[in-house]
Amino acid sequence: MKNLKKLLALSLAFVLAIGVSACGSSTKDGGSDTSASGKEVYRTLDEIKKDGTINIGVFSDKNPFGYVDENGEYQGYDVYFADRLAKDLGVKVNYVSTEAANRIEYLQTGKVDVILANFTVTEERAEEVDFANPYMNVSLGVVSRDDNVITSLDNWNKDDSIIVISGTTAETYLTKNYPDIPLQKFDSYATAKEAFENGTSVAWANDNTEVIAFSLQNKGYTVGIPELGSADSIAPAVTKGNDTLLNWINDEITSLGEENFFHADYEATLADTYGMDYEDSLVVEGGKTE
Amino acid sequence: MLDLGLDVLLKGTNMVRLLQGLWVAMQISLVSIAISMPLGILAGGLMTMKNRLVRFIFRIYLEFIRIMPQLVLLFIVYFGSTRVFGWNLSGESASVIVFVLWGTAEMGDLVRGALISIPKHQYESSEALGLSKLQTYRYVIIPQTVRRLIPLAINLITRMIKTTSLVLMIGVVEMLKVAQQIIEANRMTSPNAAFGVFLIVFILYFLACWPISMLARYLEKRWR
Repeated sequence: MKNLKKLLALSLAFVLAIGVSACGSSTKDGGSDTSASGKEVYRTLDEIKKDGTINIGVFSDKNPFGYVDENGEYQGYDVYFADRLAKDLGVKVNYVSTEAANRIEYLQTGKVDVILANFTVTEERAEEVDFANPYMNVSLGVVSRDDNVITSLDNWNKDDSIIVISGTTAETYLTKNYPDIPLQKFDSYATAKEAFENGTSVAWANDNTEVIAFSLQNKGYTVGIPELGSADSIAPAVTKGNDTLLNWINDEITSLGEENFFHADYEATLADTYGMDYEDSLVVEGGKTE
Repeated sequence: MLDLGLDVLLKGTNMVRLLQGLWVAMQISLVSIAISMPLGILAGGLMTMKNRLVRFIFRIYLEFIRIMPQLVLLFIVYFGSTRVFGWNLSGESASVIVFVLWGTAEMGDLVRGALISIPKHQYESSEALGLSKLQTYRYVIIPQTVRRLIPLAINLITRMIKTTSLVLMIGVVEMLKVAQQIIEANRMTSPNAAFGVFLIVFILYFLACWPISMLARYLEKRWR
């Protein structure tokens, strides 16, 4: 009986040890991309080719950029590009459903080879992962009613407010650059939309893709300011230091530019949502922004 | 009738995918429960031991698991194991490890609580009746402990089933993730789909947890 107890204590202690040692990792610095064995976590271009499958992290619930259709197939602007990458590399593609919050972690642990999840290039992120050349533009936009189209945020009438969704870049940008404009903040897209339609504010600021889609689906609204602030770009990202794969993707983006691939991508996946008017302002061809 | 957007579930294989998502959630939770319940009972027994070192180790283990949100534990096991040991765990195995660690800790504490809640005179009376230590546990202590444990354990089990909704953060596509995918894929054509889809998700979680509550009620009645 006593020996049995000892054995059990030992086995439980082992389980515990795994838990505790795994915990230690959280305090480890996120900058290094080598595992304990000293080997790089990422897979080089040749290793991916040899394996025959590339792991690409995409959104599975951001229509129309990366989503899953009713037949369970991944679709969207990012996925259209990812399919082509895999095809030209001559490998099969394994899609991994990622969330906004875990994209960097997936690359740093080598659990995916590439992230194509509407990943906006920022300085902070560029320290953690390596971005390839961009394939899309984003900036902020402001939508307002047809009878009172807002085309500028200067000389603002203090009685009017602008709707924003909490935690978005629109909120940060307006708070910083236009502190005098009163903001109405909402937690979700649905509540913000409801409030705007009910006329609680004269305008709604959000990612320009979002406000454009809104104005096209709802009659009586115009995007008076399609590009506000500095334009950001969206690019594929790979694990820091994975140069063979990064260079290959950059070359691929350049050569795809010759056949106007991303315009075709836009027409296949985004035109239904954004119409043809915004094609040239959203698409980046050949990895070069103007 | 109110438009709940239920028709989106009839498109393509959407309903099948939702049920597959439920199956993924049930597999993770049932495997974890099957492993962590016996381990938890052992842990509970060890927590009541006189040995200070054993009690101290379990105390730390329990506090650690209790303080850490499950989401953090999932990230630690899934990404941390790759960073530190270079292991490439699948999202599913990482989830099972976290749920077993969590279930064992909490179940252990429940068992410990139930064991020490048995008054001392029960042990003394058994001894006075001439029962051996084994018989005392077999006929007096364990039946009372088990009865006290059932509602608590059921709470933990249903909580484990529902917490599988967090594993989407480590790339496991379970029911809630499928629901989000369906809602988003149709957000232009049926913006109301969220209500209908989440209603169905609610019903499916209910159907998954309800039989367990029923079983608990049955057992409580039988062992009264």
